[in-house]
Amino acid sequence: MREPILATEQLTKHFGGISAIDGVSLAIENDELCALIGPNGAGKTTFVGLLTGMIRPDDGSIYFRQRKISDLPTHRRAQLGLARSFQITSIFLDMTAVDNVALAIQVHQGHSFRFWRDARADATLRKPAAAVLEQVGLAARADVTAAELSHGEHRQLEIAMAIASAPKMLLLDEPMAGMGPDESQCVLKLLHGLKGRLTIFLIEHDMDVVFALADRIFVMVRGRVIASGTPREIRANEEVRRAYLGDGGPAR
Amino acid sequence: MEAGQKGHAELQHFLFRAMISWTLVLVQTLNGLQFGMMLFLFAAGLTLVLGIMNLVNLAHGSLYMLGAFFAATIQHWSGSFLLGLLLALPATFTAGVVIEFLVLRTLYVRDHLDQVLATFGLILFLNELVRIVWGATPLYMAIPPAFSGSVALLPGVNYPVYRLSLILLGLAVALFLYLLVGKTKVGMLVRAGAANREMVEAIGVDIRLLFTAVFGLGAVLAALAGIMIGPILSVESGMGDGMLIIALVVIVIGGIGSIRGSFLAAIVVGLVDTMGRAFLPGLLVALMPRTIADALGPALASMLIYVVMAVVLFFRPQGLFPARSG
Amino acid sequence: MGALHMRKTREGLVRTVFMVALALVPPIATAAGEPFYVGLVARIMIFGIAAVGLNLILGFGGMVSFGHAAFIGLGAYAAGLAIYHGQTDGFVHLALVVAVSGLAALAIGAVCLRTSGLYFIMITLAFAQFLYFVGVGLKQYGGDDGFTFRGHSAFAAWLDLGNPVTFYYVVWGALAAVLFAVYRIVRSRFGMVLGAIRSNERRIQALGLPTFRYRLVAFVISGIICGVSGALLANLTQFVSPAYMHWTRSGELLVMVIMGGFSSVFGPVVGATLLLLLEETLSSYTEHWQLLLGPILILVVLFAKTGLMSAIEIARLPARQARHA
Repeated sequence: MREPILATEQLTKHFGGISAIDGVSLAIENDELCALIGPNGAGKTTFVGLLTGMIRPDDGSIYFRQRKISDLPTHRRAQLGLARSFQITSIFLDMTAVDNVALAIQVHQGHSFRFWRDARADATLRKPAAAVLEQVGLAARADVTAAELSHGEHRQLEIAMAIASAPKMLLLDEPMAGMGPDESQCVLKLLHGLKGRLTIFLIEHDMDVVFALADRIFVMVRGRVIASGTPREIRANEEVRRAYLGDGGPAR
Repeated sequence: MEAGQKGHAELQHFLFRAMISWTLVLVQTLNGLQFGMMLFLFAAGLTLVLGIMNLVNLAHGSLYMLGAFFAATIQHWSGSFLLGLLLALPATFTAGVVIEFLVLRTLYVRDHLDQVLATFGLILFLNELVRIVWGATPLYMAIPPAFSGSVALLPGVNYPVYRLSLILLGLAVALFLYLLVGKTKVGMLVRAGAANREMVEAIGVDIRLLFTAVFGLGAVLAALAGIMIGPILSVESGMGDGMLIIALVVIVIGGIGSIRGSFLAAIVVGLVDTMGRAFLPGLLVALMPRTIADALGPALASMLIYVVMAVVLFFRPQGLFPARSG
Repeated sequence: MGALHMRKTREGLVRTVFMVALALVPPIATAAGEPFYVGLVARIMIFGIAAVGLNLILGFGGMVSFGHAAFIGLGAYAAGLAIYHGQTDGFVHLALVVAVSGLAALAIGAVCLRTSGLYFIMITLAFAQFLYFVGVGLKQYGGDDGFTFRGHSAFAAWLDLGNPVTFYYVVWGALAAVLFAVYRIVRSRFGMVLGAIRSNERRIQALGLPTFRYRLVAFVISGIICGVSGALLANLTQFVSPAYMHWTRSGELLVMVIMGGFSSVFGPVVGATLLLLLEETLSSYTEHWQLLLGPILILVVLFAKTGLMSAIEIARLPARQARHA
């Protein structure tokens, strides 16, 4: 029985008098694609914050690759192989798409105390960057300044930057948010391509995407995981239907 | 018993060499409090404007300077300190409102770098203006006769009445501000306006008027500090600059936007700076060769408040009581 | 991409023309019988070096320091004190200046860089002013008045920095060297990271970069460049005083960077030229030139279309995007 790549134990976070995250214990296996769903305000964003290190837990612990990471700062967790994409696109707007990805690769390669060579002429950065852009479907837009890319292309770039560092686990925070049907298809295809090659933890509202991609789904309501299982199990779960899926499904 | 007496004698000898006596400690503590109170008056306006209107106004020191100059001039003509005080406050208030209207209004929506550079330009302008109108030689302000002389706090310990009155004035202003901002309707409006400008405008309050009023209050406080310090320090062009820097240290330590923070920080800075300058050189002389102590003493003493600031920032990068973030 | 390319060639053109023009000043000035300009333009270039140094952290790193004149002063004191005490070896001066300004920048940066934004502006201002007061406290070296000395940094027997024209070309060479170094740094991996920190610090941290140490190194490099300019200043004026470190000088340095354009490496040199020539012309009309400089500065700030700080942030967006921002 292999150890899970990510595990939380009784993870808890309070804001004022409210328990945003209330004793959450879950485990994700290697190379799984898991999804976290739940109504608005369930605590999904807080949970991501706890996993990435932007928020410190009040109680409980987080293990990544069998290491306790609860006290590590964000950049250390990234160095250990936990990469994330942001829900609100957070890229380097004043740099080109290939620059963005090359930066992600550069940071992954080690320290950046190199002051002499032109980084844009460095093949060890540019070639892998071009390959990643190819993988996410942005190869044609490599030399375009990020600010000029469309919203969907921003998302692709987000994901590109996250996978550029060859992470062990990818945390995707609502990658489908605000995308039109064509763009969604593109990202869906991309995620399908990545599935199985690395562990992916997906926070998402788009039920079609979740049920199409996920190996396992966790349902979070008011800071607690009320159910977990395969898509079929979740669809059949009475409690989940009541609390979340309900009549007419969750608000889009 | 013998060893104890010997230890006591050694301590006395050490204190004597370091020029420390309990009288001196008491006096310097009071001096530190007095300086702290004046710092608080100055810093309160600065932190209010920064916290509520998000405006960093480096020219705050210029208002302090103008207050002192107005009062000194009026005192010189009329012979009355009180008249100088009573007329200089509204005069500086007016000058402040004019500056706010002409220059600062456009800066409220700008980022801090713009505000820093623009108010820096204001300082250059006002310092030079003062030099043109009043000349480059410092003005003299006399302590009002009613407050001259000393009072005996303890047998053998005399302390100037004037400085005592400054301490009391500072405490009174602190109380006034606490009541004003915390307990009155106006204070509540001001705090609401800082948090949500549109909301306050929607209920019919002219936010610009409110901001001008807050700025005016800050200007009056700065002028008051300048006027009251006038008889103790010299009234000259650029006098606000040194005060500004120390006030910035106070605000950074206390937390931007927090009056409570600047009160506490002002007292700490006032005490550390005054007592440091008074006793550190002497302490060094008692501990090390004279030549080194003489060179090191003043330098280390002036370093103290920055060390305090560095230590505070190390543990709390937002200051002790951050009222607003960033 | 075309627009970016055009802008880069325009920049390159301005840079070349400017440097050539600067190189031609001594022969033209001597021929015209106005050697005064050799000293004036040498001074402009010295502050140009300092402004380029400041812009490394300001325009490229997004850190607004209001205390960089302190490093100029430290460099001036290091060189000045050495000469005053009989040490004229230029290489010793160089080592001393780099050590002093570098260590000071390390210490000051280690504290100040824990803050950002407004706090950073204010705390750098405070530290610089503290150094000013330390200088004032150095009674044996003239305190407030500073001290004069006779002598220059000697690098080689044939290189007499006492000769105004020789000194001029040494400064020109230093400026060229600093510009070249900063160009390389900005394009290197380090420069990429610095720009990314300016652009989106949270993002590059999420990618795994510990940003503090990179900002600190940039701060130290920038401090050393300013220190070197200070040593050159001491050589030029044969005079050192705490006034070099006064916070108003830091303000002037900021103005130079802003006026010349902070999105390019060479811009600050243009800015230094503009400001110092402006001061020179204004002061020849009236001794109260600060009365005019103040409002000019206010107007420059008020009429910059977007805020200066946000302009720094979008400095590299193509013009079309910048207008919409």
